[in-house]
Amino acid sequence: METILFYILSALIVIFSIASVSSRKILRAVTYLLFVLIAISGIYFLVDYSFLGAVQLTVYGGGVIVLIIFSVLLVHHIELELEVTPLKKKIIAGLISATGLGITLWAIYTFPFTNATTYKSIEVADIGRKLLGYGDGGFILPFEVISVLLLAVIIGAIVIAKGKKLNE
Amino acid sequence: MIEGISIYEILTLSSIVFFIGVYGFFTRENLITVLMSIELILNASAINFVIINTYLYPDFLQGAVFSIFIIAMAAAETALAIAIIINLYKLVASVEVKDTERLKY
Repeated sequence: METILFYILSALIVIFSIASVSSRKILRAVTYLLFVLIAISGIYFLVDYSFLGAVQLTVYGGGVIVLIIFSVLLVHHIELELEVTPLKKKIIAGLISATGLGITLWAIYTFPFTNATTYKSIEVADIGRKLLGYGDGGFILPFEVISVLLLAVIIGAIVIAKGKKLNE
Repeated sequence: MIEGISIYEILTLSSIVFFIGVYGFFTRENLITVLMSIELILNASAINFVIINTYLYPDFLQGAVFSIFIIAMAAAETALAIAIIINLYKLVASVEVKDTERLKY
């Protein structure tokens, strides 16, 4: 059952991410990206890391996609079609991506991974203790750095988005 | 761990998503769609962190914690990038990559 679910999810992810980078209507591309993000949260649920799945759904599906849709509506007509990329550029980019993918897959399949024999699901309580732990292997410093980063981004986004007109 | 799925299949999936994002990053000519390609790349790396954590080192939580950091960084980056795009649209009335050739100084 989980195997079938994984293959369905990965087919959805691949199909919709290709559609998302190749669709010429920008609002449709954003919608395909939303489908990709929801399917990725499905993979997190499959590996029993429900907390990250929920975070993915709320932050990406609820926050980032809405931000992108608002910015699309602010700077475009809805029916606008994107410019067609020249075929030469597409071929070169496709070749570069295919080469990179080939090298990465070769590296993955020749590396002998030693799977762990034990298995346990990731609990939210452990994550919380790890995030706020200042002992051995605790993550309190990156946690605080992220909170300062978020504050800086809030202020920076307000200052930048207010801006000035060119002729002022 | 997903039953009947080895780590190779999931790593294959995440590398495919990563390089689709790279392809979009190269070919797209609009700043918002470039940003969407970056989202794809970041998501692929977050999948890798979680999968390697759960398959190879289930007793440690480093990968699980860092995937949360990746999502926080991605959200912050998107907010800032969209602020820059909107400011740019006010200045040059366009969000195409080829029109953004002026810096302040």
